[in-house]
Amino acid sequence: MSIKSMEELRKIREEHQSKVALRQSGENPEDKIEILIGMATCGISSGARETLNAFVEEIGKQGLQNVKVITVGCIGYCHSEPTVQINMPGQKPVLYGNVKKDKVVSLIDSHIKGGQPLNDLLLKVDFERA
Amino acid sequence: MATRSNVLVCTGTGCLAGESEKVAKNLELIIKARGYENEANVIKTGCFGFCEKGPIVKVEPDNVFYVSVGPKDAKDIIDEHIIKGRVVERLLYREPLQNEIVSRQEEMPFYKKQLRIALRNCGLINPEDIFEYIAFGGYEALGKVLTSMSPEQVIEEVKKSGLRGRGGGGFPTGLKWDITRKQQSPEKFIICNADEGDPGAFMDRSILEGDPHSVIEAMAIGGYAIGADKGLIYIRAEYPLAIARLNIAIRQAKEQGLLGKNIFGTGFNFEIAIKFGAGAFVCGEETALINSCEGKRGEPNYKPPYPAEEGYWGHPTCVNNVETFANIPQIIMRGAEWFSSIGTERSKGTKVFALAGKIKNVGLIEVPMGVTLRDIIYDIGGGIPGGHKFKAVQTGGPSGGVMTEQHLDTPIEYDSLLEIGSMMGSGGMIVMDERDNMVKIAKFYLEFSMDESCGRCTPCRIGTKRMYEILNKITSGKGTMSDIDALKQLAYMVKDGSLCGLGQTAPNPVISTLKHFWNEYMAFIKDEDSPRGEGRYEAKNKIRSKLEV
Repeated sequence: MSIKSMEELRKIREEHQSKVALRQSGENPEDKIEILIGMATCGISSGARETLNAFVEEIGKQGLQNVKVITVGCIGYCHSEPTVQINMPGQKPVLYGNVKKDKVVSLIDSHIKGGQPLNDLLLKVDFERA
Repeated sequence: MATRSNVLVCTGTGCLAGESEKVAKNLELIIKARGYENEANVIKTGCFGFCEKGPIVKVEPDNVFYVSVGPKDAKDIIDEHIIKGRVVERLLYREPLQNEIVSRQEEMPFYKKQLRIALRNCGLINPEDIFEYIAFGGYEALGKVLTSMSPEQVIEEVKKSGLRGRGGGGFPTGLKWDITRKQQSPEKFIICNADEGDPGAFMDRSILEGDPHSVIEAMAIGGYAIGADKGLIYIRAEYPLAIARLNIAIRQAKEQGLLGKNIFGTGFNFEIAIKFGAGAFVCGEETALINSCEGKRGEPNYKPPYPAEEGYWGHPTCVNNVETFANIPQIIMRGAEWFSSIGTERSKGTKVFALAGKIKNVGLIEVPMGVTLRDIIYDIGGGIPGGHKFKAVQTGGPSGGVMTEQHLDTPIEYDSLLEIGSMMGSGGMIVMDERDNMVKIAKFYLEFSMDESCGRCTPCRIGTKRMYEILNKITSGKGTMSDIDALKQLAYMVKDGSLCGLGQTAPNPVISTLKHFWNEYMAFIKDEDSPRGEGRYEAKNKIRSKLEV
């Protein structure tokens, strides 16, 4: 196989971009939406890993460039695991509880893409106090 | 399933020596054992630069930077970080002054003042995978040049960028390309000088190990600009890892049609061959390098004719340094204006330095031209270890001179360094503290130059030998003032009379230490003939000047 034009080079670039996308999002931390997923023992046992993978899968499928998914330790709401925190740039963090993997798509649609927090899953936390 | 995490492991020479290969292997094994092989990927990259704290492991997209990672730490990184999302605190970098933990690379003082252009992909991509290079925009500059620019436009762009040769001489790269282009010859060559001989310098090796494709791409661009279809990489055989990665990169580029015949369907052909050097300092000099490429002894020729006129096998040849090449794709992609906005009036862009010696953060750094020595030593380098006092820094290897405390605020650029009697060189920076004796340091460098002298011209062959003998006499406490005078005279004779850069710069460490550390020379001198410190040579010259008046 041989690259014979700029179009072919760009095509190869696009094909392989997903492989390095994680590193690109890590390099420019500003303007990125962060999805933090609590992956402590309680989180994992209530399905946080499945939720996490569903997020990664869906973001890749929809080609969302400005989102990065980060695993974090216990967020402290063991009664509502899996817990997911969404940090939009310049806004207060929003915390969700009981985010099973089937909730991922609606969370992405309404909050990440639409900017509207999903009220049913919301955990009422005042981040200023913490 | 999409991968959610990349674990980057540094596999530059420095970290490899710290068992980073084993770290990477353990990480892979544990990921597999835990059943996470579809979720996390281990990627072996080139040098991150922070060699002091190697092996380095970085986790993306979390942007967490682990230092001094041993093979046994792999388990915790996977079990704690990748699986449970808990950052392994004991492996994070601790900022020594405040003893604060810094987990993000960009917040570390070592990286804060850096700007990475030549090193942009080092520590970011897998150097053995051409697709990663392409994914980060690689080979687009070559495509752009071949499909939309004339050779003259390429040269004009490089000229406008203000890029100067990073091998040390600082000759404008665009001008060199232009001169080679204007030669009438059916055959021309472009050579990459990867013979890095300065003691304490490892920037070229790290670029080739961490990002070989950027050099290959730039050589093809240069070949197109000057009208050459053959490139040579002259590399010392003692860089096995760089050679191995270059070979892989060249093979991959050929497979993708980015080297070879009819590149990008434009009719441009370009091939690259590797030539090994046996590790001789003088072979960093263009004409000696070309002789060595031809299989002859690595001895310099008289200039002119310059290699641009008559080089490899008599054909016009352009020789550029590795780091110079590494800047080219970025200049083409981001434009000459962007590049020339970085740096100072007379020195544009960035410079890679290898920090070594008595400094806390030994490693590889890239900073905009014009930063001060103070920024490099104290902010990036973290200062002098063990609470000792900074004394001097030797730049440019044995070809340079020392800079002392009084030069801490001098902006680092080609011309300002020459003015204070030092030089940029290829970018080695060896830091000395108060415990170092500068006469012995000068002797060390001179011994190196003496050993590396090819012996072709008398001033260098015999001059450096005699200078070394005098220094030996002085440091063994048997020197007199007349020896100092003879040393001085000899230094300028070797400097003025030598054929090539090796001899012309070999006395620099002596001249500059004589200038800045006169007292240390005097401490060795017990002169019974001239107790007031006036040597025989000086006295003779004084009489003569009186007679002439």
